Amino acid sequence: MDINPILLLAAVMVASTPVLLAAIGELVVERSGVLNLGVEGMMITGAVFGYIIGHGSGSAIGGFAAAALAGACLSLIFGFLTQFLLTNQTATGLGLTLFGLGLSSLVGQGATATYPVTVPRLPIPLLSDIPSLGPILFNHDAVVYLSILLIVLVWFIMFRTRAGLILRATGENHDAAHALGYPVRLVRMLAIFFGGGCAGLAGAYISLVRVPQWTDGITAGAGWIALAIVVFASWKPFRLLIGAYLFGGVTVLQLNLQADGTLALLDIAIGLLAVAAAVVWLTRSITKKAAAPMDNLLSVIILVLSVVYGLLRLAGMQTIPIEYLSMLPYLATIAVLVGLRASNAPASLGKTFHAST
Amino acid sequence: MLRLEKRPQPSTFWTYAAPLVAVVVTILLGMALFASLGKDPVGAIRAIFYEPLFGEFSFYYRPEVIKKAAPLILIATGLAFGFRAGVWNIGAEGQYIMGAICGAGVALAFYPSESRWLVFPLAIIAGTIGGAVWGLIPALLKVKFKTNEILVSLMLVYVAQVLITAFSSGLMRNPDGHGFPGSRNLSQYPAAANSELFAGTGIHWGVIAALIAVAVAYVILTRHQFGFDVRLAGQSPKAASFSGVNPNKLVILSLLLSGGLAGLAGVFEVTGPAGQILGSFPKFYGFTAIIVAYLGRLHPVGILMAGALMALTYIGGEVAQDRQQLPAAAIMVFQGMLLFSILGVDVLTNYRLRFGKNEVR
Repeated sequence: MDINPILLLAAVMVASTPVLLAAIGELVVERSGVLNLGVEGMMITGAVFGYIIGHGSGSAIGGFAAAALAGACLSLIFGFLTQFLLTNQTATGLGLTLFGLGLSSLVGQGATATYPVTVPRLPIPLLSDIPSLGPILFNHDAVVYLSILLIVLVWFIMFRTRAGLILRATGENHDAAHALGYPVRLVRMLAIFFGGGCAGLAGAYISLVRVPQWTDGITAGAGWIALAIVVFASWKPFRLLIGAYLFGGVTVLQLNLQADGTLALLDIAIGLLAVAAAVVWLTRSITKKAAAPMDNLLSVIILVLSVVYGLLRLAGMQTIPIEYLSMLPYLATIAVLVGLRASNAPASLGKTFHAST
Repeated sequence: MLRLEKRPQPSTFWTYAAPLVAVVVTILLGMALFASLGKDPVGAIRAIFYEPLFGEFSFYYRPEVIKKAAPLILIATGLAFGFRAGVWNIGAEGQYIMGAICGAGVALAFYPSESRWLVFPLAIIAGTIGGAVWGLIPALLKVKFKTNEILVSLMLVYVAQVLITAFSSGLMRNPDGHGFPGSRNLSQYPAAANSELFAGTGIHWGVIAALIAVAVAYVILTRHQFGFDVRLAGQSPKAASFSGVNPNKLVILSLLLSGGLAGLAGVFEVTGPAGQILGSFPKFYGFTAIIVAYLGRLHPVGILMAGALMALTYIGGEVAQDRQQLPAAAIMVFQGMLLFSILGVDVLTNYRLRFGKNEVR
């Protein structure tokens, strides 16, 4: 078979973009102290509205704008319930997901593509001519650049401006922020609105670029994976990139394996992963004196699994039933959650704010 | 200006009135939704809430409502314990699927044995264990590694869905099925069939199990130390830890319990109404049960009524689909609105509405 690593890595960037977009929105929401579990619902609503408006008008920009608006409007329901009627955030977020799944399938019935929509690639001049690195990083559509730009922007606003300081203060201690005179509910509503818009965009990227079509349940848990990546990134914008690209890598690998059927690609990937795990373990035990297996659980899990896989291969395993491979992204997400016990959560995350208490 | 004032104690009146108000609010919102879809709103509501119970064909619909309510009540009863204690098992759908897979697997392994008293009980036990083990995974990961049980249990739903699709066309495919996906039909296999106990009533073993679960849950919640611990941990985690409640034990027990009950619901479904392991088997019960648990105010008796109501919206939705071409997804939106209303109206239980100017604090 013929693997083109450049195309593969470029595909990873595309596969990661929806998760990245949804995650950056949720990161802002969680930093303001609100846990919105409705990402999946807002995403799929964005996906269906993006698809219908985009194909109805023939304009990709129109589709993305409509998707962002739809996601943001849906998030306002969540905002109103949690901030003004003081409902439990976990339950309300779940309700938003259920509602969004129903709404999208209701709206999406008989959705047809009247006009074709293409999202053109915008190769960045000069940079895209760099051999191999150019096609991987600098030859994508505008939304991929936008997702990375958003990360930088969010980082800048959150850590370099007063508005970001207020946002973080609200998330760390809403009573103190309230006592200082900051409008806690307004800050949170704005954050929720932004998160909804990002989730909507992410959905539209799936239905307009990545898949591109509309079927029920098209997001397939991407919104939940975005939530997991926020935890993985310990609420820091740039770490989202690592999480999202890791997930994108697993997805692309899985798709290519299903298409190909031989295990050559999996051999390479698992080999690389095992080496990376060993290196991480080694550096940690030298620099941080954390050599015990319990301190490097992710590395240990990866190494054990790679050894098992290697033994199976040596024993003559030729294929694995491809349908089981679809589990990989979800299992990888669990492994990552287990291995990296991040503890940097905003202190007021998920707590209900009421001025009298 | 309207403002909220926290009540010193939750209002008893609103504790009971809130779910009723929520249902009324949802019906109004639903009528607006159906009208916006160009359907007759009153007719649609009538088709959903009246026709299945008292309409012309109620002899057919009533048993269907009971069959639908049983798994919802079983799953929701288990979930309520966790939700009360602040353990968020969102993956009941996955535990339900794993229960079905394990139960069906055992039943299929005994095919074509005819001993009813061996195969059916074993399938039920296997399914319960399957669901409980699937629920134990997020519990152990939370206890050992402090991972978020919401995300892990949810990821496991997708894994379970992949598994059931793969099994239906691979491991468990009916050898006499001419290569079509899907296992043998268990409802036509007398030794494992979860058939109706009284013909024409819709009452099968799952319904009996649901009633028993509700009764046992009620006793545990109100009369047993575990129920007290659960309620205490939910209302005040600090007080609970001072009084010696082990939070880890609580996490494990509530996930085992909800997983086991969800698995049980899966077995009864796969051996009864659904009949076989198939990619299209999942029926969203695991997620709808979350709405049921809240609508029943996390109380076993409330869940019993809420489960019946929710089953009614399912069957009534089908009636409305037949009569008025109401899209099936509209019922999902309707159920989503129901959850929003329940949560929203609940504010009246814990807060008082006050009119007048905001005072400066």
